[in-house]
Amino acid sequence: MPAIETHGLRKVYGAAESQGVVALKGLDLEIREGEFFGLLGPNGAGKTTTIGILTTRVKPTSGTALVGGADVATQAVQVRQRIGVVPQRPNPDRSLNAIENLIFHAAYFGIRASIAIPRANALLDQLGIADKARAKVDEMSGGQQQRLMIARALIHEPHVIFLDEPTVGLDPQTRLALWDILRSLHAEGRTIVMTTHYMEEADKLCDRIAIVDRGELLELDTPAALKQRAPGGTLIELTLAGGGNGVADAVRALDGVLRAESQGQLLRVYSDRGGRVISPVIQAAEDRGSSVTNISLTEPSLETLFVSRTGRKLE
Amino acid sequence: MTSSTPHAVHVPSVFLALLRRDMRVARKEIVFFLIRTTMQPLLFVVVFGYLLPKMNFVGSGYQTALLPGILAVSLSLSAIQSVALPMVQDFGWTKEIEDRLLAPISTSLVAAEKIVSGMIQGVISAAFVLPIARLVMGPIPALTLSHAGEVTLVVLLGSLAFSALGMWLGTAIAPQQIGLMFSVIVAPMIFFGCAYYPWRGLDVVPAMKYAVLLDPMVYVSEGMRGALTPAVPHMPLSLVGGALVVIAGAFWITGIRSFYKRAIG
Repeated sequence: MPAIETHGLRKVYGAAESQGVVALKGLDLEIREGEFFGLLGPNGAGKTTTIGILTTRVKPTSGTALVGGADVATQAVQVRQRIGVVPQRPNPDRSLNAIENLIFHAAYFGIRASIAIPRANALLDQLGIADKARAKVDEMSGGQQQRLMIARALIHEPHVIFLDEPTVGLDPQTRLALWDILRSLHAEGRTIVMTTHYMEEADKLCDRIAIVDRGELLELDTPAALKQRAPGGTLIELTLAGGGNGVADAVRALDGVLRAESQGQLLRVYSDRGGRVISPVIQAAEDRGSSVTNISLTEPSLETLFVSRTGRKLE
Repeated sequence: MTSSTPHAVHVPSVFLALLRRDMRVARKEIVFFLIRTTMQPLLFVVVFGYLLPKMNFVGSGYQTALLPGILAVSLSLSAIQSVALPMVQDFGWTKEIEDRLLAPISTSLVAAEKIVSGMIQGVISAAFVLPIARLVMGPIPALTLSHAGEVTLVVLLGSLAFSALGMWLGTAIAPQQIGLMFSVIVAPMIFFGCAYYPWRGLDVVPAMKYAVLLDPMVYVSEGMRGALTPAVPHMPLSLVGGALVVIAGAFWITGIRSFYKRAIG
């Protein structure tokens, strides 16, 4: 049995189907037991809605979603028993101190204090915030609060852990520390579902990645397979000012250019000779009356795949 | 990790854990809680129950009419605030209630627990105000504690009704409008709630006498009057009890529905 499966999952916010905002357009997913699964996409892709539905906090408009075989809509209580959730923004219970947050959360899952207290101490220790056990939540930094949220999501030993953009707003050092924590949770065999809009994060941590945009699944595979699927060559993006008619056609004829397409003022060139095509490309643009105001280079990656599929950048 | 079914969670134990959390927080904030909810009624006690009788502006009999009403205001105000304020904050911006919404019991039971917790806080504030009011006002003619059963029943039903009303208001009103809730809903409820005068006194304005029957506070005030000062004219306790059961039931259903709407997107 898969850890999670969704069939035709659709969510429309707002009163009427016709006037509402469509957040999910029939998502089909199957996440395996013990898998580290990434949902990658820009803001508004439907990632948070997907997590909301899978964690029983958002009602799907149609379609089904099962977590450990239990239906999120009709067996919410069973689903809640299996899951731990790390929210996008830390939302600890500010009336309680750090360790009380954990002990009470455990109590909500029927775990006695005699079991919860040692477990809470061990988790705080493992997450590097043991010295904050008695601290008021407001006295903890954003990174420490986020770790507390992870501890809270783990205190009742759930089978599946959901993390919604867990590293947004964290400094690079804390982000790396969090990655280590997530890797060790994965090594323990837990199923982890994480949303992110950071390519690197998804690439480094996930077994498989679903790329979503505007409520639809675009790609689903391992990071390696996805990268292979990315259009060949280095992506060179140029911003042009003025003119630009026929630049793409002219560039396509250049040596080393695999593909070229223009979108408004943006010209995307895929090159198999790296940055060496830049100067002839600029020349071609200037010959047609445009000047280049900005250039960026991206190696073949999830990023270039995303750009080629959606015509937009992720971050 | 296996996908075996997790051990079944005992619903009453989850409910009690939620209640224990609220009681822990209430205990931490007990001083602020009592100041917030009993200051206004106690000031009334000082002015109308102590100063004015001393100045002979009102007869000493006024204290008899006032005391039950003061208790009614205290318990109603505490019950309503103990639920409405955290709801407005939690759903409005802090999202702190999320951890309880993930508890493995139905969302309606999470709401029900909040109402029970508000009811307990209403009872606590009544128990706090009664001796203080009695102390400030001095001996009160006709006051008797011999009907403890009736007093308890009115306090419990009144607290329940207002706690459930707090759930409804706290989940239905936009956070920006919370100040409005007090001036437009709660304040008129108190002043037309027969807290500071007996319902029979409204015989002089018949239209108002029947209009105020829509105010749930009337039944708490009159119920307290019937239970604490039975010698003073009051609504029959059976009527009060019946009305409070109906009102509490209606607010319970509306409050829980409104909570559910806010909790599940």
